[in-house]
Amino acid sequence: MTDPALQLEAAAVGFGARSLWSEVDISLQRGEFLAVLGPNGAGKSTFLKVLLGLQRLTAGTVEVMGRPVRRGSSQVGYIPQHHQLELETPLRARDLVALGLEGHKYGLPWVSRRARRRIDELIEQVGAQDYAQRPVGVLSGGEQQRLRAAQALAGDPGLLLCDEPLHSLDLNHQRAITELIRQQAVDRGAAVVFVTHEINPVIEHVDRVLYFARGAHRVGTVQEVMRSEVLTELYQSPVEVIEHRGRLVVMGEHSEGTHHA
Amino acid sequence: MLERLAASFSTENYWELFQLVQNSVLTAAVLGLMGGIIGVFINLRRAGLVVHGIAEISFAGAALFLLMGLDVVLGSTLGAVAAAALIGVLSIRDREVSAVTAVLMPFGMGLGILFLYLYQGRTANKFGLLTGQIVGVDDMQTRTLISVAVLISVILILIWRPLMFSSVDPQLAAARGVHVNLLTIAFMVLLGGAVAMSVQVVGALLVLALLVVPSAAALKVARRPVVVVLLSCGFALFSAVAGIMIAIMGTVPISPYITTISFLIYVVCLLVGRRQRARFAAVTADSMN
Repeated sequence: MTDPALQLEAAAVGFGARSLWSEVDISLQRGEFLAVLGPNGAGKSTFLKVLLGLQRLTAGTVEVMGRPVRRGSSQVGYIPQHHQLELETPLRARDLVALGLEGHKYGLPWVSRRARRRIDELIEQVGAQDYAQRPVGVLSGGEQQRLRAAQALAGDPGLLLCDEPLHSLDLNHQRAITELIRQQAVDRGAAVVFVTHEINPVIEHVDRVLYFARGAHRVGTVQEVMRSEVLTELYQSPVEVIEHRGRLVVMGEHSEGTHHA
Repeated sequence: MLERLAASFSTENYWELFQLVQNSVLTAAVLGLMGGIIGVFINLRRAGLVVHGIAEISFAGAALFLLMGLDVVLGSTLGAVAAAALIGVLSIRDREVSAVTAVLMPFGMGLGILFLYLYQGRTANKFGLLTGQIVGVDDMQTRTLISVAVLISVILILIWRPLMFSSVDPQLAAARGVHVNLLTIAFMVLLGGAVAMSVQVVGALLVLALLVVPSAAALKVARRPVVVVLLSCGFALFSAVAGIMIAIMGTVPISPYITTISFLIYVVCLLVGRRQRARFAAVTADSMN
């Protein structure tokens, strides 16, 4: 049996005396899709930073593909939150993808024939052929996000981290990007960690949920975690989860009530 | 006024005159190339005004060294690099640098004016620091300016990819193992050097004409990285060299020529860029119908 794509054991992060989260145990197999949910400030982004090697654990261990986490590892692909690129960015779509492949390298900025072939492949994988030669600044949010997916897939990662990649995209693009991530990552045997405010756009792909709130967390399938009594206990205040045509609505008295999940 | 300007021109003995300033032309050409390269990043990182701030501190450094009888190029370099590094460190801490720059700018300018007031030497030197003095650079300075400009250009090309990556998408670059903060400081130090060298050509007040305007113009008409850099270098080189070549025919200093030429190039690029975009929009609309 191969090493799990991601393994955390008794993992904890705290800042000074304050503990953000602790005792996180999770083992993610290749091909699994994990949604990370929770209100702002509960530690979702810190969780991603830990997996990227940008934040140290205060206790426990974290391994990616059987090795301790290392910053800049090609085993880990990362799709950051969408932010519109400047109109005058001096890059074409394929140049942006090239940065995902070789942007960390110093030396003459020469793109080898092999790299060029790989860039063509990546562009095809995310379906960006039509605008590969266009300046990135004029592309729509959805198109830019596809290119970020191509950047993330450049190293053929075993673990794909997505930080609210659907943020500020319209519904059509949300669906397209989600489908792309599932297809490219899960079908190729990479695990996906998908941080999101909204579980519904990805709900049909989610194998497990990691829910952070008030310094605590729950891990399990959607059915196990997204229940009124579980979230009520997690938030320590009444929360109701209502299912409607396969979509989940979470309502609570706390301020963030219906925003997430 | 126009008559005075026209009367000041003379094409007599042009090539003899040109030979006297060929050092300056060469220096201006190399500085233009450097400005074209670094300008792409200045525009991308929206650091145009920061450049102006650095230039004024650079002016203060130069004025101080002039007053003390030391090397002016060294003084302006020290001032510029110190200011640039300080702004770089502050930008890493909280990313809002325009206020800091605005605070440093008048302070540097004031110090510079004080030092010039105290200086008893030739007034041509004084004015030169603010508006450019390249026609007067000697062999020694030419060598320094050219070596530093070449060095800065080479370093920029070698760190091109990581610097571009962290300018476009710092978050992703950091995740991919790029030392984003280190690159910010490195870039600012290079920028300080570039400003200090350019101050010698166009003066502290007009540095933007060489470092920012050419690449801003190039970015209006091109998006392909190689094309942007080539155009930007070409524009900077052309404005600097043409500026000097016109200036030696008359008595007007070179800076107004350089700034006017680079401004005209910008205007043309702005118009061309608009037309390109309009045509592009029409094509896209067609393909969608």
